[in-house]
Amino acid sequence: MQLSYEKSVPGRRAIVLDPLDVPEAALPAALCRKEAAALPELGELDVVRHFTRLSKLNFGIDSHFYPLGSCTMKYNPKLAEAVAALAGFAHLHPHLSTSPAFWAHCQGAFELLYETEQWLAEIAGMKEVTLQPIAGAHGELTGTLLMAAYHRDRGSKKDTILIPDSAHGTNPASAAIAGFKVIEIPSHEDGTLRLDSVKAAMSDTVAGIMMTCPNTHGLFEPAVAEIADLMHAHDALVYYDGANLNAIMGIARPGDLGFDVMHYNLHKTFATPHGMGGPGSGPVGVGERLAPYLPGPRVVKGGDGYELRAPEKSIGRVAAFFGNFMMALRAYAYMCHLGKEGLRQASENAVLNANYIFARLKHAYEPAFDLPFMHECVFTAAPQAKKGVRALDIAKALLDRGFHAPTVYFPLTVKESLMIEPTETESRETLDEFCDAMLDIAEAVDSDPESLHEAPKTTPVGRLDEVRAARQLNCAC
Amino acid sequence: MFPKEMKYTKDHEWVREDDGVYTVGITSFAAEQLGDVTYVELPEIGAEVEQGDSAAAVESVKAASDVYAPVGGRVCETNHELEAAPELVNQDPYEQGWFFKLEGVSPAQLKSLLDADAYEKYVGEQAH
Amino acid sequence: MTWVPSTAAERDAMLSVIGAKTIDDLFASVPASLRAKSWALPAGISEMAVRARLEKWAARNAGGVTSFLGGGAYDHFIPAAVDALTSRSEFYTAYTPYQPECSQGTLQSIYEYQSAICRLTGLDYANASLYDGGTAVFEATTMAVRLTRRNRVVCHGSLNPVYRAMLETHIANLDLELEDGESPEGAACVIVQNPGFRGDVEDFTALAERCHEEGALLVMSFYPISLGILKSPGEMGVDIAVAEGQCLGVPLNFGGPWLGVMATRKEHVRKMPGRIAAATEDAQGRRGFVLTLQAREQHIRREKAMSNICSNEALCALRALVYLTLLGKEGLREVARHCHSKAEYLKKRLSFAQILNDGPTFNEFAVRLPRNAEEVAAELITRGFLAGLPLASLGAGEPNDLLIAVTERRTREELDAFAHALEEVCS
Repeated sequence: MQLSYEKSVPGRRAIVLDPLDVPEAALPAALCRKEAAALPELGELDVVRHFTRLSKLNFGIDSHFYPLGSCTMKYNPKLAEAVAALAGFAHLHPHLSTSPAFWAHCQGAFELLYETEQWLAEIAGMKEVTLQPIAGAHGELTGTLLMAAYHRDRGSKKDTILIPDSAHGTNPASAAIAGFKVIEIPSHEDGTLRLDSVKAAMSDTVAGIMMTCPNTHGLFEPAVAEIADLMHAHDALVYYDGANLNAIMGIARPGDLGFDVMHYNLHKTFATPHGMGGPGSGPVGVGERLAPYLPGPRVVKGGDGYELRAPEKSIGRVAAFFGNFMMALRAYAYMCHLGKEGLRQASENAVLNANYIFARLKHAYEPAFDLPFMHECVFTAAPQAKKGVRALDIAKALLDRGFHAPTVYFPLTVKESLMIEPTETESRETLDEFCDAMLDIAEAVDSDPESLHEAPKTTPVGRLDEVRAARQLNCAC
Repeated sequence: MFPKEMKYTKDHEWVREDDGVYTVGITSFAAEQLGDVTYVELPEIGAEVEQGDSAAAVESVKAASDVYAPVGGRVCETNHELEAAPELVNQDPYEQGWFFKLEGVSPAQLKSLLDADAYEKYVGEQAH
Repeated sequence: MTWVPSTAAERDAMLSVIGAKTIDDLFASVPASLRAKSWALPAGISEMAVRARLEKWAARNAGGVTSFLGGGAYDHFIPAAVDALTSRSEFYTAYTPYQPECSQGTLQSIYEYQSAICRLTGLDYANASLYDGGTAVFEATTMAVRLTRRNRVVCHGSLNPVYRAMLETHIANLDLELEDGESPEGAACVIVQNPGFRGDVEDFTALAERCHEEGALLVMSFYPISLGILKSPGEMGVDIAVAEGQCLGVPLNFGGPWLGVMATRKEHVRKMPGRIAAATEDAQGRRGFVLTLQAREQHIRREKAMSNICSNEALCALRALVYLTLLGKEGLREVARHCHSKAEYLKKRLSFAQILNDGPTFNEFAVRLPRNAEEVAAELITRGFLAGLPLASLGAGEPNDLLIAVTERRTREELDAFAHALEEVCS
């Protein structure tokens, strides 16, 4: 499709302002740009058609099943979009929170923030929650900065964080950006983290461990409580990556498991839209140990309604205001509608759906592990790869059959990995259609491998030359 | 399979001595593992590196890796051809695809490295 | 209340395929001792009830006021087509474009967005966006540290104090020194903002030259709308330009989501954090777009990544792109011209107050009132005006100082009425 810049016609306009109703003012020429920025010149219908056509080149949840492991691509309720359009929230200026003179005029927003934090705290068994972190990885960074502040405050020089090899790449990246050294802990061959492996890496320089539970293999960590005890015995902290919280709502809570700090992904567990890769939201919850260090300011209940206060040893601001407020609003609408039964039912059905897919595919694809999977199942396409069909080929063949691909080549611990997370909002028919497509592809591995190498054929473009892209680096026109 | 006149590291670098100047690159095995190389980051001329320091970096579409100095020394030359043609690392890893040259190297450091046969054996073990 | 479609009968049928009797059998790997100790949440309520509650809360926030409040976020007009196009679910319910063949809409829009930012800033490469303007300053700082291998960071007085506070929090555990001033000697970078937080417009060309002589980089936080007329970061010799992109068609959203903009020169692109889209071709020679330079990112580089960032504010970047495409070359200049002219008009109407800016300003300026600015602002909000930002509340001025912003949305009538009300309240 043509670029908007290629469609530009000199002099064409879409949006025109009323004539200036005050005298025209001018800045000194030395402070002004030489030429206007060469933005496209188009009419409004040109623009509308351009972006409408672009949108049709995408798969989205509303049109396609999106079983991306670790991404929790559940339905994004229209209710959340409707409340996010309320002008009283969408057009509210955040500097109303800066001066107490304005606080009486943003009480509705403060109440929303306060209530959302209460819900999230109870769901995960945390003492307090901050909504400031803007994304999951930003939550990890905030969490590791809190861990650093805790140890600094106690005069300890702990500078290392332990991270399992199955962790998301953001875990070691966040720990490193926060100034920590990282030691990678190998998973046991059954896909879980063993207490012995953690013990082997334990020392007085260890500030804490970052864990995902269920982990990225889709397995509940049997030693999670013992690992937390080991850490606490060394005055080290335990971080919970909330990527897979959708597996355990109402079943288990990170706070009860011994975690001191965690992040939530509102765009996964709480159904806020992924928006092509953002905005997300990564609130951080903490237990007793880290509550005094939380970012500020925080909404608290005062005598005359809600007001702002910074915790006594606050690390400061990680966001300019309250993080991605509109994502918190959407998540609040989601939680309120589901309530205690609905949230638990969401996790139950997420696990049911994943196990149903697993049951239907386990004879055609090799399970990566023998332990029971929770909300996602992981296969290895290594046997198919020996026949010349790689996980990537399977992913592309699914696109031709009308499904988004599962996560491939992650976790890094599984060769040719296919990681499937259906979520609870998919119906049995959709799961069956997907499984039928996967079984069809499994057959084609033997009967017609060439067709898989050529996939996808039904998409607007075929496989793209990524080497050429990286070498030429044409990133703007 | 691997040229005899070089020494190798377990991180898959090679080093070759010519009149007191030590040329460094990555092995054909490393280049294959990376896939099509898209970018090479080279050290600055004059930089002092110790044995085992990260001295350069190499990227493909799906992977990135540090290149460690097999021996310590001072960087005296770098291969600017790679900036425009990183594919040389895949096409000709031992000649045109070299990364940098070191001088002021203590030859004793070579003793800790693998010879071609030992490296071939090591690579064979890695494959399993 | 639920968004789960399965009926009880369907669940039973699925369980029998799995070979389990009850749903609880599927949770056998979670031992009883580790089960939730509490689940004290309210029962679910209907969609109708959720909406009613949130409509009530929304009504308790300032609505229908005439705004002169800025300080980094601005009340610009958003054309209807921005909402209409970006609320298409093919955009907002899609994931990160890791499968490019079914994500060309996303990828082409990122490429067009990057192009718009490059054209706006006069720089060579832009990323697909960062979280917001404040975290973009942090990312630019660590990028400058990587490029120069120096650990001293200099903050110019023009920088938004909120961004400075965020930077301090983010680098608290790193081996970096943060100092105030503008001396580039031995520094990784000097961070400036244009227009400055108090509205001053400057030409930082000479500072850029001094930075380069000293081997430091110049980082600039800019205001995208102002680039409709102001000298661009590229023209001044800036190395890394960052911005809060909220002003480009993103609602105020009580602080988020917003849009972190970042652009840089060609020689620094490999150290730039964040996603980048690039043009390429498929086997048939058709143009297409992919994410590129991913080997710098966390999912491959892990603890050695350029940044831990794993998302971009793609939907906000799309809003900015649609906004800039609708305005076009002439429209952006027009918006900037209106903002500046209206601010100058208001300035002249405030003769009872002292203008604190010595030199030119764009659309925001600081005044010293005859009265406490917080008291004045509290009174004016009851008269339908958000008067501006009392600077003392951020430690950025005296108790009587107020920061006033004017956008293209303000009419001459509103400007006159506001000047009149402000004078009344002050006298």
